[in-house]
Amino acid sequence: MPANNYEYFLLLPHIVLSVGIVLSILIEIFTKKGKEILPWVSSIIFLFVGVYSLLTLDKNFLIFGGTVEVGGKAAIFNFIFNIAALLTVLTSIDYIKKYEIFYSEYYILIQSSVLGMMVMSMAHDIIVIFMGLELMSICFYVLAGLNRKRLSNNEAALKYFLLGSFATGFIVYGIALIYGITGATSIQNIFENFIQYSNNILFIVGMLLLLIGFSFKIAAVPFHMWVPDVYQGAATSVTGLMSTAGKAAAFSVLIIVLGSNLTYSSPIAFRNYFSIIALLSTLIGSIIAISQNNLKRMLAYSSIAHAGYMAIGLAAGNKYSFAGIVFYLAAYVFMNIGAFTIISIIEGKDETRLTLDSYAGLYKKNPFLAAMMSLFMFALAGIPPMAGFFGKYYVFFGAIQADLTWLAIIGVLSSVISVYFYLRVIVYIYFMNETEKFDIEKSLGGNLAISLTGLLVLFFGIFPDTFMNLITNFIK
Amino acid sequence: METTILSILLLTPILGSILVLFFKDEQKNIIRWFGFVVSFIAFLISIIAYLKFDSSNSNFQLTHQIIWIKSLNISYFVGVDGISLLLVLLTTFLTPLTFLSTWKAIDKKLRMFTFSMLLLEAGMIGVFISLDVFLFYIFWEMMLIPMYFIIGIWGGERRIYAAIKFFIFTMFGSLLMLVAIIWLAVYSSGSNGQFTTNLIELYKISPTIPLKIQSWMFAAFFLSFAIKVPLFPLHTWLPDAHVEAPTAGSVILAGVLLKMGTYGLVRFCLPLFPQASINFAPIISVFAVIGIIYGALVSMVQTDMKKLVAYSSVSHLGFVVLGIFAMTVESVQGAVIQMVNHGLSTGALFLLVGIIYERTHRRDIAYYGGIAKLIPLYSVALMIAMLSSVGLPGLNGFIGEFLILIGSFKSNVLDNFWFTAFAATGVIFAAVYLLWMYQRVVFGNVTNQSLENELTDLNTREFLVLIPIFIFIVWIGIYPSTFLNLTDSSVKNILQQVSQSTVNILK
Repeated sequence: MPANNYEYFLLLPHIVLSVGIVLSILIEIFTKKGKEILPWVSSIIFLFVGVYSLLTLDKNFLIFGGTVEVGGKAAIFNFIFNIAALLTVLTSIDYIKKYEIFYSEYYILIQSSVLGMMVMSMAHDIIVIFMGLELMSICFYVLAGLNRKRLSNNEAALKYFLLGSFATGFIVYGIALIYGITGATSIQNIFENFIQYSNNILFIVGMLLLLIGFSFKIAAVPFHMWVPDVYQGAATSVTGLMSTAGKAAAFSVLIIVLGSNLTYSSPIAFRNYFSIIALLSTLIGSIIAISQNNLKRMLAYSSIAHAGYMAIGLAAGNKYSFAGIVFYLAAYVFMNIGAFTIISIIEGKDETRLTLDSYAGLYKKNPFLAAMMSLFMFALAGIPPMAGFFGKYYVFFGAIQADLTWLAIIGVLSSVISVYFYLRVIVYIYFMNETEKFDIEKSLGGNLAISLTGLLVLFFGIFPDTFMNLITNFIK
Repeated sequence: METTILSILLLTPILGSILVLFFKDEQKNIIRWFGFVVSFIAFLISIIAYLKFDSSNSNFQLTHQIIWIKSLNISYFVGVDGISLLLVLLTTFLTPLTFLSTWKAIDKKLRMFTFSMLLLEAGMIGVFISLDVFLFYIFWEMMLIPMYFIIGIWGGERRIYAAIKFFIFTMFGSLLMLVAIIWLAVYSSGSNGQFTTNLIELYKISPTIPLKIQSWMFAAFFLSFAIKVPLFPLHTWLPDAHVEAPTAGSVILAGVLLKMGTYGLVRFCLPLFPQASINFAPIISVFAVIGIIYGALVSMVQTDMKKLVAYSSVSHLGFVVLGIFAMTVESVQGAVIQMVNHGLSTGALFLLVGIIYERTHRRDIAYYGGIAKLIPLYSVALMIAMLSSVGLPGLNGFIGEFLILIGSFKSNVLDNFWFTAFAATGVIFAAVYLLWMYQRVVFGNVTNQSLENELTDLNTREFLVLIPIFIFIVWIGIYPSTFLNLTDSSVKNILQQVSQSTVNILK
């Protein structure tokens, strides 16, 4: 265990971000130009934290009495969160004016939610997990309803808040039960004696409540009811962040919990639970997405299906599948934020131009956006050589290694279903003639975000090893 | 011997497809020339590869291996044997010709078209030269994207339906193959201590898979290839895709894409799962024979020329599948040469249908009649292509079908001459539907006066497209040894692998 001063040094990313939040609030209070300055301040902070985390991967320690982990897995997640946030901020610069949420608070809330995620992914103690979760969720509730004059925004925020707090209630109750039985909040303590505790029905109930709460956060069937309305109602850039980084944060916790289970006790508990979740999510998500005409809603259902594919990895529960989930999450961040950025650029005032019809003949209006949207759709559908394919590949690989071949088959079948609705977008873009005339606003930040994600999607697809090696080194 | 010639061959069209994006859409002629020149350079490179190839050696040659994904032990590993080299040559030979053939026909979004075609060429070459199952899968899936665009953007009336159907059918099969590939990699770690998708190592490992699981693996691979071939009753995407695709798309589809399925059967199904292949051979052959007769009968009643040619593909590829699963040297040799023949003769037929379609925008047989008087050169060209497809001795089609029929007749695996007997009727039917079509279109009086204004005879460009194909049609027909020698030792090698490992299991 490192010396005390050093511990703070290892926490530099979190400290920088916290200071950044305070600084941003001060900027907001004391200058009138906060709205113009803050996106760049946040971008620099996110960029620094993301890159710094990636550079300090190998400084992997448990600190503060074993309650938090720095470096290693946590650092990889920090990288994912911060890149996602950076891309979202770039997207937002022009978008939030159009959406009439041109407030400085927007950026401060994003920074805070990212801090919450970072706390979640570093936690090795259920209380710390809970702290991070609440910090993230509350920021998201506010972000979802930032435009208080808009009905759909209010609906999204309220739905998200009510159902989200319900899920949080599950988690708290689960934590209470677990603590009641084990007398400990440290994940290591709990799982070292897992077999002994698991004879106690209350402990199992507590664990299940915890998992159900997080199943809600990752948007898996049957806890997915909030997803379509919230994703559709919230501002597009916020949806992009919620559906990627928010999901990644929830998965980071599940990986910590299940990974510890694997490390300290041999039986793979909860495999059936996650198998069923995965089965339902992939199939239901893909099938319902077919009938969606609103692109945000379609991507909401596709996000449910993607949560299902990742849950296949949780069910498999071995090194490859966990590493696969992390890779998948990173790939998903790029593909999905890329797609949402394009949607936010096309979107008109008052939530118009969100349906597929607006995309008809897009290639004529803007070949760049058309090509990139197709790239993201192919990537989401899991066609090689895009990053999305390798995400699925690693997860299925883990599943087959764990003798869950049937689950992998379910996974590929729902992939086939999902191909239909992803391709439909491309059909509109390339194969149909335009039906409505409108001008696409120029957005420098948006185009930057799209180019960046597009390049990363291809890079991760053609050289998956670069990132995968980092992950496998730190997943035990 | 490591050499990079195949990698250069693969990179040429990829590089070309990236470079073409830097042109402006208005520079139409430059883009056309660019596409043609790049694909022609690829053809020249493949000729160099052919000259470097030693056909007496049955091992994979011109190999090039770079580690790609270390954690799963996947490498970029390419190389050819006689069979794959022949198909690579077919690909690089047909691609510049399709560019030339669509000089006028494709006018909108030319840049995108050239991009798609070159990417498609790279994907097809990649499929044929991959010696790593995973790499093979990547190329196999990757080429769906350009083909999807080619059908969807430049296709006919129902192009969207056809494009999506094509994509989803193929994807369905190939994703199950992906599961099987992963399963193989995991299995190999059990016996080998290390994951591997290297084909040469899998050749050693996978025949030891217990028969029950081997059958499932075989089924997953076979389904994927059978959809692509397409084998009856999985053929329904083919007529749609063919009819809706633009001429260039149809030529590539018939000429090369369908061969990827049959190539997969030879390269993967037989040597990887020999016992399962032998067990399933009779059932598959039944479907192949049904496909031969069904395809021919359906062709007979078509009123649309393109659809007629499309259904004739189902029939011809039935022969190929029958030849492969008869598993004799003659039949497999015949199947390989028939793949090339079908590429040439059906490709030529599609080109010719495309040529008059360009002039009249009609494909229904009833619209035409007596065009021999109006466009005699075209009629001669159509006759050569048609006779080659019918299997007239002296032209290429005869060689392939003959070899397949005698091979399957004496096959020990099928052990039943009825397969051959029924398959042979397909040859007769082929003569019926093609000659009948020819008669209705070409002979007799000019039935439709508007034809006189619309039709003009072949121009120089169209000649340049057709002549090279006809040269090969006659070459294979008269002196097939050039091509049979190329594949001889590779075919024997594969069949030896099958018999060796099945003997091992029987012990």
